[in-house]
Amino acid sequence: MSATNERIPPTQTNIDSQTHLRGESLYLDDIPILTGTLFGACLGSPVAHGHIRSIDISAAEAVPGVIKVFTAKDIAGENEIGGIIQDEPLLADHEVHFCGMPVAFVVAETWDIARYAMKQIITDIEEHEPVTCPRKAKELGMLIHPPRTHRLGNVDEAFENCHYIFEGQADSNGQEHLYIETQGAYAVPQENGQIRIYSSTQGPTAVQKAVSKVLGVPQHSIEIDVTRLGGGFGGKEDQANTWAALCAMAAHHLQVPVKYALHRLDDMAMTGKRHPYSSDFKIGLSEDLKILAYEVTFYQNSGASADLSPAVLERTLFHCNNTYYIPNVRATAYPCKTHLPPNTAFRGFGGPQGMFVIESAIMFVAEKLGVDATDIQYRNLIQTGQPFAYRQLVDSDAQNCWHAAANAFNIGQIKKDIAVFNEQNEHYKKGMAIMPICFGISFTNTMMNNARALVHIYSDGSVNISTGAVEMGQGVNTKIMQVAAVTLGIHPRKIKILSTNTYRVANTSPSAASATADLNGKAAQIACTALLNRLKEVAAQQLNTTELDHICFKNGLVYLDDAETALTWEAVVMTAFVQRVALTENGHYATPKIHYDKATEQGHPFAYHVFGTSITEVTVDCIRGIYDIDSVKIVHDFGESMNTGIDMGQIEGGLVQGIGWMTLEEVVYDAKGKLRSNALSTYKVPDVYSVPGTITILPLETDKDNMAILKSKAVGEPPLMYGIGSYFAIRNAIKAFNPNAKIALDAPMTPEKTLMALYS
Amino acid sequence: MIQFIINNKPVNTGHNPNTPLLEFIRYNLNLKGTKTGCNEGDCGACTVLIGELQNGGNIKYQSQTSCLTPLGNVHGKHVVTVEGISPAKSPQQLQNRPLSPVQEAMCNNYATQCGFCTPGFVMSMTGHCLSEQSNTSANLKVAIDGNICRCTGYHSIMRACKELEARFPEKTAFGSPVEFAVENNIVPEYFKNIPGEIVALHGALKTLDLQGQRVGGGTDIYVQKHDTVKRISLDFAGLQNIPAIEISNGKVVMSSATTVTHLREHEGFSRLFPSFIKHSKLVSSTQIRNMATIAGNFINASPIGDFTAFFLALNATVIFDSDRRVALNKLYLGYKKLDKSAEERIAAIEFPLPSSHSFFNFEKVSKRQHLDIASANSACLMVVEDMVITDICISAGGVGPTPMVLNKTCAFLKDKALTDAVIDEALVITQSEIAPISDARGTEQYKRLLINQLIKAHFIEYRKR
Repeated sequence: MSATNERIPPTQTNIDSQTHLRGESLYLDDIPILTGTLFGACLGSPVAHGHIRSIDISAAEAVPGVIKVFTAKDIAGENEIGGIIQDEPLLADHEVHFCGMPVAFVVAETWDIARYAMKQIITDIEEHEPVTCPRKAKELGMLIHPPRTHRLGNVDEAFENCHYIFEGQADSNGQEHLYIETQGAYAVPQENGQIRIYSSTQGPTAVQKAVSKVLGVPQHSIEIDVTRLGGGFGGKEDQANTWAALCAMAAHHLQVPVKYALHRLDDMAMTGKRHPYSSDFKIGLSEDLKILAYEVTFYQNSGASADLSPAVLERTLFHCNNTYYIPNVRATAYPCKTHLPPNTAFRGFGGPQGMFVIESAIMFVAEKLGVDATDIQYRNLIQTGQPFAYRQLVDSDAQNCWHAAANAFNIGQIKKDIAVFNEQNEHYKKGMAIMPICFGISFTNTMMNNARALVHIYSDGSVNISTGAVEMGQGVNTKIMQVAAVTLGIHPRKIKILSTNTYRVANTSPSAASATADLNGKAAQIACTALLNRLKEVAAQQLNTTELDHICFKNGLVYLDDAETALTWEAVVMTAFVQRVALTENGHYATPKIHYDKATEQGHPFAYHVFGTSITEVTVDCIRGIYDIDSVKIVHDFGESMNTGIDMGQIEGGLVQGIGWMTLEEVVYDAKGKLRSNALSTYKVPDVYSVPGTITILPLETDKDNMAILKSKAVGEPPLMYGIGSYFAIRNAIKAFNPNAKIALDAPMTPEKTLMALYS
Repeated sequence: MIQFIINNKPVNTGHNPNTPLLEFIRYNLNLKGTKTGCNEGDCGACTVLIGELQNGGNIKYQSQTSCLTPLGNVHGKHVVTVEGISPAKSPQQLQNRPLSPVQEAMCNNYATQCGFCTPGFVMSMTGHCLSEQSNTSANLKVAIDGNICRCTGYHSIMRACKELEARFPEKTAFGSPVEFAVENNIVPEYFKNIPGEIVALHGALKTLDLQGQRVGGGTDIYVQKHDTVKRISLDFAGLQNIPAIEISNGKVVMSSATTVTHLREHEGFSRLFPSFIKHSKLVSSTQIRNMATIAGNFINASPIGDFTAFFLALNATVIFDSDRRVALNKLYLGYKKLDKSAEERIAAIEFPLPSSHSFFNFEKVSKRQHLDIASANSACLMVVEDMVITDICISAGGVGPTPMVLNKTCAFLKDKALTDAVIDEALVITQSEIAPISDARGTEQYKRLLINQLIKAHFIEYRKR
């Protein structure tokens, strides 16, 4: 290492940019293959619900090049990979619970042979009637766990005092993650019964635990290594376990490396998605449109096993009144077990589904009363010191964001312009909607809010950092490197962020809940600060001072009382090494102050909340029933962004994903529980033409303190919910064309629903 | 042996020519920058550039999805992957990798997040730079219309496109697009030597002697059929034929190798059909349009084939290599059933030039407006004189087992005054001659309403003209 006195760049592009752009970044399927590696292919159940009479693997095993076909009976440990609830077999044993449920795993010399042989397996399954509707499942008593209820005030009494009461139903569909890199794993046996698994997972520890259970070997023998993911969005938080466990089982059994990178069709058919919800609401308001009471029942379509559904359901309840203060709330949620792939985490994690219902209820009221929904929204924004149903008192920026947006973007003028346009145009109508958001940051399961960072300083002054954070495009490694560079006062070039590895950092929480940079960044900050303090002691000796506070490391140099000294970072590190000072530190961070009691459904689960307000404008082509999102204007609460380039990217990307969920992304299962939208040709995510014409993002000006890393608030999930505005904006445009349009509150608003509503 | 050049290296291989190019690039050539996303041409992560020798001795490059490109189709061509356009790095440059201007613009604008789709975008944008298209961000946007990014929401990528627009001089100042790209470091120097190397390669090129199902661009046969396609017999002569579009004696004749892009770029054709660029933009993506042939779209026989509907309204005729001629509207006997023997192959497609006072329009609605399969489509060619419809042909797709001409509707409309009342009456007839079914593209009820709306749209567009 040479070149000291290099300033830390004021802006930092994603540290992976260059290798991404040159095609040199390594993803799971790019790892060089070891000699002797075998390739897997997993057979999914052809039916959604049934009893397995037999699985005939003889023809498959007879295919030249096939080494072995694994079924449930080959599992040495437990046939169980469930995380929260132990209800999910790795391979179907006696029953199949969803179409695509793993039934057998073929291992062969090539991928082609494995896939060919997989199709030679003959399953004899006695088919039973599948249940795909959550309400039906609830009627039949098919629940993942008993319902949960959040309560505030007294809803029944409050309804008696309401001037207006409305009841309705609101449904939102699922959403396919569509990470461009499919799921996969590569398991390589090591000596002494150990095994190394490269996995495309957001949760290396979850994979380690699942593999440990399936193999029946302790966790210390299972090394999970993750360099990066080609997108996750929640889809690889819990559902990467299956492929890793299958590869590990085969590799452990055969003692050769086994790899399985899923074909897109298999990935889409076999993995769960965002939970569809069907919900009933009852909303009561005063004469001046204050929401006094809100009762909501959520029927979550959990799929065939628990997966992360209980946690997703919990967040639906936490966010059931979005960013509004409602003094009387009763929110009940049922996790309904159906014969669909287990639905799972997806950016927002149940929050968006909860918010969609309250926004639907407000729109419902507005349409019935002939008032502007934005009036109801504005009058009910939560204020600092008011509680949510879970009793946490909020430090609110809801009004601040709304006012900032109203001023910066002139909401009044937007409404006028739309009215004029609609007056002048027969075939095209515009609509707008405001979407204020409030999203709580922390895992709602308090025990998960901790992280560790292992920092090594080598004797030449170069630095390696390992944390529990998984890089999946959100830029967490860049942020951690920034934290370390700022803390140690050295150029980012001196720092490498290593792969996420369970041998280096243990017992990690998944990279999820928008909290990865906060948790792991703070752990890195703690470790770097401890190392820095040791180095300051070394420097102090050499500078003949005892005042550690007067020493500062900056730009690779040591400063005493703000004056540059002759000491460099490298020299101090070398001296420390010679003096046998520990140059390695493990930082541990556990979020303070948070707690939650599930028995009473009360507590302070979130470190902080993120606020924002978006204004969405759309144009509907009323002849063809298609639409364009003209613009989305946002005021967002960043706290103090530590990397605006990355954070803006999270907002734009999250917004567009939310718009996709609300407009054209339609997960379709047929009555037999078979996925019809099973490929990119039938499941459409936004392309370059379907994104908003303009996206304007302004930061909320604030100097408030917060618990985020370097005060830079979490930004991964909250922006997704701005996308909900597109649904209501399209609805308003349809109403401008046909004031009597009958439009169910049922997202997504596809072109089909749009055209049918325009002419209803 | 299949012979081609990949980046700056020659390849001679006896590998199965049916193998998707993507697989060969990743697992045989070990070039891992080209990514596997959807395996059906719908995401663009596997985009590569294919350079083909032109009559003038220069190479014409275009972007293609390598997952749908049969290895046999690159025989004698130049294949370019992301490794082939990235500036060379010295062994010392382990941290700061040099970037091409396209890569740099993406980097500057935070246009890469997880990075998995990124090489595909870089290749599509580089392909644009190597094309004849002028340097505008609008054209760059068209170039990436077959690339899906799930992370960024595209705005950062479009900012990178704007930066590139501002950065480069016009291509016309250079001898050729390749010269422009080399001079501006968009592609490495070695691109200058490729024409010579390809000419030399062609001197020793062996014809692939293959028999079996004819493959044109591969954009149908290779979709979702990777497992079977390697086990059947295919013939790649389709794209080896010379694409040719002739306009003379009041008719247009195009050879079976003609791709959508050939039509889009054909000067004479675009003069006759100025709206073709707009209409064909609704169909698939740049990469797919570069590969897909019109003839393939006909033979695919999908009830919802966009170009089938398009050319039905133009009263096109299919000419088989047996010299047999079949009117396109007589080609379809039933769902995926053609008036064509197993041996017959399309040699050419012919259609009469619409008269100068005729009006043509194409309508398509799908869940996503671009790169999606239509819920319904329709094309209309009509002549209106003194507000009377003197001639009309309307086609409709997605509303029956085959693409169809709405004969009864047209018969009713002919010689009628063009009024709203007449259109409404015609639509009643339309409803009697279609038979849509509920499927992934929409319910029957929706398709019935939609086809009426699309027909109305023809007349609305006529009045707006």
